[in-house]
Amino acid sequence: MMMASRGELPHWVDVGLIPLINLAVALIVSGLVVVIIGENPFEAMWIMLDGAVGSLKGWGYLLYYATNFVFTGLAVAVAFHAGLFNIGGEGQAYMAGVGAAAAGLGLEFLPWPIVIPLAILASMAVGAFWAWIPGVLQAKRGSHIVITTIMFNFIAASLVGYLINYWFRPVGKMAVESREITGAYIMSFREVAREFFGVRIASSPLNFSVFLAIVAAFAVWYLLWRTKLGYEIRALGANPAAAVYAGIKPDRIIIITMAISGALAGLMAVNEILGVQHRLVLGFVGGAGFVGIAVALMGRSHPVGIVLAAMLFGLLYQGGSELSFAKPEINRDMVVVIQGLVILFMGALEYAFRPWVAAVFFKAEGK
Amino acid sequence: MDLYVELLASTIRMSVPLILACIAGLWSERAGIVDIGLEGKMLIAAFVAASASAVYGSAWIGLILAILASVGFALVHGYAAINQRGNQVVSGVAINMLAAGLAVVLGNEWFKEGGRTPALPPEGRFLPIDIPGLSAWDDVPIIGPLERIFLSHSILAYVAFALVPLTAWALARTRFGLRLRAVGENPHAVDTAGISVAGLRYRAVIIAGVLCGISGAYISTSLSSSFVRDMTAGGGFMALAALIFANWRAYPALAACLLFGFLQAVGNFTQGASLGGVQIPVQFINMLPYVLTVVLLAGFIGKSVPPRASGIPYTKDR
Repeated sequence: MMMASRGELPHWVDVGLIPLINLAVALIVSGLVVVIIGENPFEAMWIMLDGAVGSLKGWGYLLYYATNFVFTGLAVAVAFHAGLFNIGGEGQAYMAGVGAAAAGLGLEFLPWPIVIPLAILASMAVGAFWAWIPGVLQAKRGSHIVITTIMFNFIAASLVGYLINYWFRPVGKMAVESREITGAYIMSFREVAREFFGVRIASSPLNFSVFLAIVAAFAVWYLLWRTKLGYEIRALGANPAAAVYAGIKPDRIIIITMAISGALAGLMAVNEILGVQHRLVLGFVGGAGFVGIAVALMGRSHPVGIVLAAMLFGLLYQGGSELSFAKPEINRDMVVVIQGLVILFMGALEYAFRPWVAAVFFKAEGK
Repeated sequence: MDLYVELLASTIRMSVPLILACIAGLWSERAGIVDIGLEGKMLIAAFVAASASAVYGSAWIGLILAILASVGFALVHGYAAINQRGNQVVSGVAINMLAAGLAVVLGNEWFKEGGRTPALPPEGRFLPIDIPGLSAWDDVPIIGPLERIFLSHSILAYVAFALVPLTAWALARTRFGLRLRAVGENPHAVDTAGISVAGLRYRAVIIAGVLCGISGAYISTSLSSSFVRDMTAGGGFMALAALIFANWRAYPALAACLLFGFLQAVGNFTQGASLGGVQIPVQFINMLPYVLTVVLLAGFIGKSVPPRASGIPYTKDR
């Protein structure tokens, strides 16, 4: 029944038009939720837009959120390309925070140009490690990656809680967090403007990690489409059986891909711990790992799409918090609803509207 | 002595939502539909149960509406998985997020308490059933403690425990159960026999919705007396872990849920205290169910094999 309508459509329809229709439906349904709680969705949208892109401060927050989502989105996307679903970005980023904080606090005696790269590497290494284990278990023992990465999220939640409580928290301090990283943190744009140029700019947590996100997006593009490893990753994802005949070792690719995915998720901790919090705090990931799933689906697992999708979610997050200030009736968690709808319509119901589009298209062509 | 009685009674209380969700997952996955969305269905049910009970002052109305809400979410998952042949894991993730977001957004709008629901009066809750004459046994040795462990629960807890043998029997002995399992192992064979694959899978998904609904209602109206955000706290995933741990079988699922419930109860009891002179950080007790599941999945203790067709959309015309 679906097959009849699954004819060949032009490329731009499949990668451009249909995702846009899906996104539009997700946003319309979100608007309906706003209507149900008795508010005007257009007014809500306007407040969100104004709050996110109507001021420099708004843009600062938008890009700060987007930085996190680029990292977690890339993490999910790289795994997608190998046919793996890494739901563990949340836990990988959380664990990576331990690496960032340990390096940032433990190497304080070194000058910051040395410490910061080391702390970034530490974040990536710990994130990679936390994804590498599920990768090995999938490749060598056949344990399903989805389940293992979910379990690893929960294990990470407890483990980091323990580490902060028993190892990082200074004696006598009530708040469950580490001591402050004073030497080697990543400066915010605001601080740079004030310290070096004597200018006051709008307050926002945006920091130099945003450039790291751009580098990461480019690196992922280069890896996937310009290297042998990237080719192997995509070949395995596209057709595992054919990949094996082409001499690709699935076990090896699964393990490496998961480690890369985890390292990317780990970079989220660089932005959050080294760039914003300057200390290891409980639950700092705050769902960014799951936003990565929505971002990767929306960005069609392509770095350019991911950067755009991450910015859209940055807009939703920043706009959403402005909206909840302006209209307390609309809770901040409205963003989570939108996120869920985006994942539903752009992921699980990806092809729901395709037969209709195809019908309209073929009719127009007179076939 | 009293501490142990309380600990075991608490074990049973903590395992009830797990059992319900785990059996829900069992029905769904035995029919070939992977259900990552147990958590979301429980959460929306917990929210609806607490809201409806608060508004209508009846726990039963709360339960019925909670089941309807959960089944509604289950049908979305079913539509995505069965009709649209979408990725079932993605659909489950979407359902979890939708539920988490909607519960807080709607709760905030309805009750203006930032997503909380008002505290429920006794008639809005499922309280322990008072069996007449039972309290006379309270101080009798052996019988008293046993009675306090096993007979101090609300009706939903007994429903949960009754569902285990019922499920085991239905899946092993009834025509519906056998067909349902067949659809999870070899849907083509079922289709060839002239039985609707989609029909069977929808029924499984709806059963899962009903059970998650009861589970959520139990959490907000029996274990607790209102809804707070993220109330299910990963219970749906723990149920999923228990399901894997139990190798997709009903009685082992009961055992796994009791074990995980026991660990939760111990976690609650030993917050900041020491156990037998050794300080065990509560975090390690909390992570134990997940660690055990990973170890089991890796095949280091036994082997866990999912239904063969689980997660694979059924395509008729191949």
